[in-house]
Amino acid sequence: MTDTSQTAHTGKRFDPFDFLARYGTLIALVLLILFNLAFTRNFATIQTLNVNLTQVCTIVIVAVGMTLVIATGGIDLSVGSLMAISGALAPMIFLGKIIPIDNVYLAVAAAMVVSIAVAGLFGLFNGWLISAFRIQPIVATLVLFIAGRGIAQVMTNGNLQTFRVPQFQFIGLGRVLGIPVQVILMALIVLAAAWMLKRTVFGRQIIAIGGNERAAELSGIAVAKVKLLVYAISGLCAGLAGLVVIAINSSSDANLVGLGMELDAIAAVAVGGTLLSGGKATIIGTLIGAMTIQLVRYTLLANGVPDAAALVVKAAIIILAVWIQQQGRAHA
Amino acid sequence: MTRTRFLSLLGSYGVVVALLLLILFGWLRYDYFLGFFNITSVLRYNSMFALVALGMCFVIMTGGIDLSVGSTAALGSVVAALFSPQGTWIGLGAGVGAGLCVGLVNAMLVTRLRIMPFIATLATMLAASGTALLLADNQSVSVSYDSGFTTIGQENFLGFPIPAWIALAAYIAGWVVLNFTSTGRGVLAVGGNEDATRMMGLPVGRIKFLVYLASGGLAGLAGVILASQFGAGQPIEGVGWELFAIAAVVVGGTLLTGGVGSVGATLAGVLLLGILFNVLNFENGKGWISLSAYWQSVIRGLFLLIVVILQAKLSSRGNAAARDH
Amino acid sequence: MDTDNLLSMTGIDKRFAGIPALSAAAFTVARGEVHALIGQNGAGKSTLIKVLTGYHKRDTGDVTFDGKPFEVSSPQQAQANGISTIYQEINLVPYRSLTENICLGREKRRFGLLDWASMHREAEGLLQRFNIRVDVRRPLMEFNTATQQMVAIARAIGFSAKLVIMDEPTSSLDEREVGVLFNVIRQLKQEGVSVVFVSHKLDELYAVCDRVTIMRDGKTVKTARMDKIEKIDLVSSMLGRSIEKAEGHATAFTARDEKNIGKILLSADNLAVGQIVQDVSFNIRSGEIAGFAGLLGAGRTETARLVFGIDRLKAGAMTYGGKTFEPRRPSDAIAAGLGFCTEDRKSEGIVPDMSVAENMMLALMPKLAKSGVIDEKAQREIVEHFIRKLGIKCSGPDQKVRELSGGNQQKVLLGRWLAMNPRLLILDEPTRGIDVGAKGEIQSLIKSLADQGLAVLMISSELEEVIEGADRVFVLRDGISVAEFDRAAATEDALMGAMAHGNAPVVEEAQI
Repeated sequence: MTDTSQTAHTGKRFDPFDFLARYGTLIALVLLILFNLAFTRNFATIQTLNVNLTQVCTIVIVAVGMTLVIATGGIDLSVGSLMAISGALAPMIFLGKIIPIDNVYLAVAAAMVVSIAVAGLFGLFNGWLISAFRIQPIVATLVLFIAGRGIAQVMTNGNLQTFRVPQFQFIGLGRVLGIPVQVILMALIVLAAAWMLKRTVFGRQIIAIGGNERAAELSGIAVAKVKLLVYAISGLCAGLAGLVVIAINSSSDANLVGLGMELDAIAAVAVGGTLLSGGKATIIGTLIGAMTIQLVRYTLLANGVPDAAALVVKAAIIILAVWIQQQGRAHA
Repeated sequence: MTRTRFLSLLGSYGVVVALLLLILFGWLRYDYFLGFFNITSVLRYNSMFALVALGMCFVIMTGGIDLSVGSTAALGSVVAALFSPQGTWIGLGAGVGAGLCVGLVNAMLVTRLRIMPFIATLATMLAASGTALLLADNQSVSVSYDSGFTTIGQENFLGFPIPAWIALAAYIAGWVVLNFTSTGRGVLAVGGNEDATRMMGLPVGRIKFLVYLASGGLAGLAGVILASQFGAGQPIEGVGWELFAIAAVVVGGTLLTGGVGSVGATLAGVLLLGILFNVLNFENGKGWISLSAYWQSVIRGLFLLIVVILQAKLSSRGNAAARDH
Repeated sequence: MDTDNLLSMTGIDKRFAGIPALSAAAFTVARGEVHALIGQNGAGKSTLIKVLTGYHKRDTGDVTFDGKPFEVSSPQQAQANGISTIYQEINLVPYRSLTENICLGREKRRFGLLDWASMHREAEGLLQRFNIRVDVRRPLMEFNTATQQMVAIARAIGFSAKLVIMDEPTSSLDEREVGVLFNVIRQLKQEGVSVVFVSHKLDELYAVCDRVTIMRDGKTVKTARMDKIEKIDLVSSMLGRSIEKAEGHATAFTARDEKNIGKILLSADNLAVGQIVQDVSFNIRSGEIAGFAGLLGAGRTETARLVFGIDRLKAGAMTYGGKTFEPRRPSDAIAAGLGFCTEDRKSEGIVPDMSVAENMMLALMPKLAKSGVIDEKAQREIVEHFIRKLGIKCSGPDQKVRELSGGNQQKVLLGRWLAMNPRLLILDEPTRGIDVGAKGEIQSLIKSLADQGLAVLMISSELEEVIEGADRVFVLRDGISVAEFDRAAATEDALMGAMAHGNAPVVEEAQI
């Protein structure tokens, strides 16, 4: 009918919501750091930095995969359960419960590769349900959310697996040049994903599918294949995060590894400024989102506010972030 | 058309058939399966889930979702325990009231701020859980045994556990509302086609508001039963209840996209998933094979998978059928 | 105004963001009359209906309904006051029973609870008036489209509507179903209910309507009795062309050199899919601009979708470059060297949040990449080349495409396909919703592309565009390709005649 797209150059006008939607989280993070520098004792120490970074690591690794999934307009609820599966599988391999492997390096390598790959395959399964049967992502991944942890529990019979294998635990406890290995892993994954999203065909296709699936399909993009891969990547990220968690704990408890992780990851993505409806994603934003949530919690705890109250604040932050984004979109 | 019809019948009655088969299997195989003790304990334990699933069923029928029910139940149990010294009814009212408060927040977020139900209820899930922990000071809150509050969860009425009666009453009420009131039909219409429902002149906003409120209230009620049954308000209980409830609703044939649903089938879904666990226990008791209790979630997941794929087939067939004519 | 009129709308103005959608529109419907409302896309039919039903608020003008001034602010209110609308995309709830779809919003109660027995009886009764005997307890989705239409009508009657508006009710019905619908309309008329009938199938108007109002450019240009107006007059009034009027150049298309046109590239024989495309045959030579003309709903876009592999053929065959061509999905067609600029830029063309460069490179990207990594430099060169060549007005390749005007968005989409170096480009309404200047640019661009050997299949509802632009014109009518004209024979008279009557003898048609 009438053409309403004659809005060239309106983007130049300053819109507070658009500005907040873009930079709000970053500003919040900076303000939090300033606040802590002023009021929190011993904030400006390497130790504080390390504590915060190590706590945020696994969330960020999972949230990177989640960002990609959400960028296509989907969601992955199964990440926590997949962490439990890889976390349960790896010790079984390097402790030789399945096939005894004499060489410890070989055993650890096999454990890592196999358990991450298995998590990736389960991710692929999610993608298959979503693209082949056109099941809503929230339901399709609910299947493994429920069954996945059960599989991990069945594998270990619900028992705690404890171990002391420094070669493996290097990924959770080791340091290189004083930097925790898990932080390096996180940084590598963030950089790789951010680069992939920005510079590769696959990254563009992910965004295009989330932005307009019809247009993407009409431009010849293999939508089903891209979705399959994205869920597989989310599975791989979860698998790796599961290994980091058990490495830190020196034990693997299928009941606990990754519990509630899907919510933390989604929260980080949402607060980071990735549109939950898809089509716009920022990996760095997710990193900032995760760190902001972590720092809010740290700030509250360090200043004597109970952990439980931090949950309520986190809830408010999520709602606020999503609401600002919606307003930013509505005004744009 | 006949194939579609068959699938849709399977969707509506499949769960009931599966439930009956499972009960038959248990009855033939285990001596005390249909014994009084087993029946009452299964009913007592599962009535909490049944209440939560009922609220979830209504939310899902509108095409929404409520992830906050588990923490809301935990919050309800804590609040009820805190108020239990004042008397049974006050404890009950306080627990349900706490649930209604969470439901109210959900309803406002979804209908007024237009935040996606998934995200809105995810946030209130955290907030309710945090509030519960704060109120309970991070530990379980013992209920008052003097005021009679524990009657609700622990006593029987006419030979059956009181929680089962409460759940039954709630389901009957839910069934009547869904089938015999315009609000109930509106719930299904909103989920089936929100725009069309608005054009038909139905109050879409009010309908959605009500379902989230009801879901919160029912979760609060489940929390009251939890506190009363176990003698304490439990701030960390309820983890994963929302997904159990969603699974039960979906296994009961309610479409997650909304628009189709049944209160009775949801109850059957809850019982099916609950009895599955029960059967596993009996099987282990026999000592033939040792299936650990952990198989239950794997089997639940498989159930969900089958139902979801059937649903997907059904709805794509439905669309194809509509297009072909 | 005479008092026989049930509805009278006068001097209706409506602007959207300053752009007039209706200007001084006038529309009257008599009691018990079936009144056709026709016009091209964008002529203002839908806006007029939406103003009437309270979906839009009018800027100026008066509406009188049933002898009283009519002021409603929502379709629900309009419905409560006697005006029911049956939309093209049926606005019912597929999973719910027929009874619910008919009775929702005015349920019957007994002791405060719904009285299903009496609601079922009422639904059955309403449907039986149209000779439909079905189980009203079954969900709507189990019934065919015609029955669903009847349910929508039954719902309208149930609300004791005095005026029923039907927006393209026959677009997805087969002949027999159309017959049933017409009987229902005649019955409504007998009962004193008025019907506004929006359709693009001219034969149907003659079969069932008493009067017709034609809209063009937001104005009601003509109202006439159906038995007093020729089909050709309907078409010419809709298109705003008088038959004898001599024509200068209305578009930027200029004369073409025949020697640029090569061999047949694509040929399609007897294509069919469902009701909308029944039997379409055409061919295109390389370097040729082939035009598809036809009224709305003639099956032009649907044919293009078949060629591009979006929908699957039910019958017929295609050859491309001399070989059998069976695209199963768009990527097959793209791989074969086809491109498709869709009519609906917003929902099927642009990815709004992506930049100009990203949108333009969407299809080419995989070819240009080195092991999956985008070659930014090569991309940039191509994008800048096309921004210059197509004259895209943007702040640069990185500007978000949603911030551009319609014309520039269209050029970005053209660029998306041209970058692929295609052999055949399908353009569906390439200049719709685009301002005059950009329109001319796009038209001369199309011509120069064809001069370079590209085959262009151009769908357009603007007669000048096909007449002046196309080397050959295929006319589609109700899903059938009824005529083919070469450049010399493609006059307005000829095209309008084919749109109105098809290739059937005029005399025979007139008797319907």
